[in-house]
Amino acid sequence: MLPYLTGRLLALVPVLLVVAVVVFLLIHLTPGDPARVLLGQDATPEQVQTLRHALGLDRPLVAQFVLWLGRALRGDLGLSFFQHVPVTGDILQHSTPTIMLSLMAISVALLIGIPAGVISAIFRNSWLDQGSLALAMLGAAVPSFWLGLSLIVLFAVNLGWLPSSGYRAPAEGLGVSLRYLLLPALALGLPNSSLIIRFTRSSLLDVVANDYIRTARAKGVGERTVIFHHALRNALVPILTVVGLTFAALMGGAVVTETVFSLPGIGQLVVSSVLRRDYPVIQGVILMVATLYVLINLLVDLLYFLIDPRVKY
Amino acid sequence: MAQETPAFRRIVRGARPGAGGLFWRMVRRRRITGVGAALIFAAVAGAAAAPLLTPYDPVALNVPDRLLGPGRAHPFGTDEFGRDILSRTLYGARLSLLVGALVTLLATGAGIVVGLASGASPRADRVLMRIMDGIMAFPDVLLAIGLMASLGPSVRNVILSLGFVYTPRIARVVRAAVLVVVRQEYVEAARAVGASGARILARHVLINCASPVIVQATFITAYAMLGEAALSFLGVGVPPTIPTWGGIISAGQVYLRQAAWISIFPGMAIILSVLALNLLGDGLRDFLDPRLRHA
Repeated sequence: MLPYLTGRLLALVPVLLVVAVVVFLLIHLTPGDPARVLLGQDATPEQVQTLRHALGLDRPLVAQFVLWLGRALRGDLGLSFFQHVPVTGDILQHSTPTIMLSLMAISVALLIGIPAGVISAIFRNSWLDQGSLALAMLGAAVPSFWLGLSLIVLFAVNLGWLPSSGYRAPAEGLGVSLRYLLLPALALGLPNSSLIIRFTRSSLLDVVANDYIRTARAKGVGERTVIFHHALRNALVPILTVVGLTFAALMGGAVVTETVFSLPGIGQLVVSSVLRRDYPVIQGVILMVATLYVLINLLVDLLYFLIDPRVKY
Repeated sequence: MAQETPAFRRIVRGARPGAGGLFWRMVRRRRITGVGAALIFAAVAGAAAAPLLTPYDPVALNVPDRLLGPGRAHPFGTDEFGRDILSRTLYGARLSLLVGALVTLLATGAGIVVGLASGASPRADRVLMRIMDGIMAFPDVLLAIGLMASLGPSVRNVILSLGFVYTPRIARVVRAAVLVVVRQEYVEAARAVGASGARILARHVLINCASPVIVQATFITAYAMLGEAALSFLGVGVPPTIPTWGGIISAGQVYLRQAAWISIFPGMAIILSVLALNLLGDGLRDFLDPRLRHA
């Protein structure tokens, strides 16, 4: 286990380094001088020069990168251009709605994806199977922001069951908070259940083809026990990987969904920062999310070890 | 060659059907692939013939007709400036399809170069694949947003950003295929008869990577169209003066209570296009993957 873990952690280093380089270079891709862009066309050359110096833009690129990375590793992502507050704090402040939304959306995706996938596999080639697969196909094609708007029209405007947008912190009461998050979670979770439906189906079909399932049936175990006790438990292990992958899609999708529902999360932070060209915030959010994604996928791989005793590293 | 008589050519043609014959074979395997292809054809035709299909200008203001519901004159209704949503959706298709096609072209071109280099040289492979892994560590839309923030909103930059984001997906597919193909005996045979490295890459390796690349490229077109819609919806993609599906949906957001049709119809256009591409991609994968062919 330990050598495996060390190997995996070492393999992360180059990937995270590439992530850091890409994020660092974002500010340098800007056509023209970022300092000039920030100050506007009316700024004097002296003002531009002062700002360039203040931002460290007059140093060699490699020196800038080393300095930036060293600070980032210590949790210092710089100051927001716009609000002059530390970016790290700003991100942390905006992270609760995003975490709540992601957790709820992944719950929605799993609550729909796993049962639909199981039904699909059990009733293979029936109309139930066709229906589940059609749902998965449709889910993969629906933009979450459009689904969000459609849900608002249906459940908030026409039926008036749920609030159309906004956010209540869990501290104001968990029930109220969840009511506000339900539509965004559906908008984000439903499209992401497609992959889980398809994966559960194929994973369960693979498992059912195994000898031990035939043995269980042969010794007279009821079909229900065979599916839920023998097959599903084994089929769910590979689905973990999909949950890891879905998380990335969720983080990307959350950006868009938060905008639709006016949730004050990381997505809204990054979109408003793009419109204001607040590069440190954009860089900080993207760096944090990509790092988180890499770490979550590592965690998923390690979870296999805990869940499936057959896995040996 | 001497033996290429008309009879010989007829036999060869019978044995190896042309593109049309292959297409029908693919559709017969999975009928829904035909639906996907037909929908894509309809989208392309609708986008190309937009000026013939609708009498309205997609951008000219016509305030007296503002916020009209779907009806005879305006099947998809009008927006807050009285612009016909059907016209805007059809013209939006032009941009969506253009972005989808060019992103795919860019990502495929770059991905093939990276993938071939990786497959051909273990030293290049180590560096290139770490870079590809790094790029794939970002959620697609988030990286595209970051790139758009730096490059600034324009059609060209949307294509560049999404092309960059999707390059690793092609590169990985090409690399995997190259690693299999270079071990085949026909490559060894080609080398033995003295074919140059470049010729082997172009004539043998690349041709035999074509199937997985075509399949992956189809899915990338779908991703790219969804990505463009998301960027334009957020206001960081194509400038709002050009009608795009994402942009129309975003503008309609304010009028969701009075005029939901503004956002609903362009969304359906996105769903149908992406669905069509995914159906086609699944059909192609089924048809082109020899492991599945005999299953």
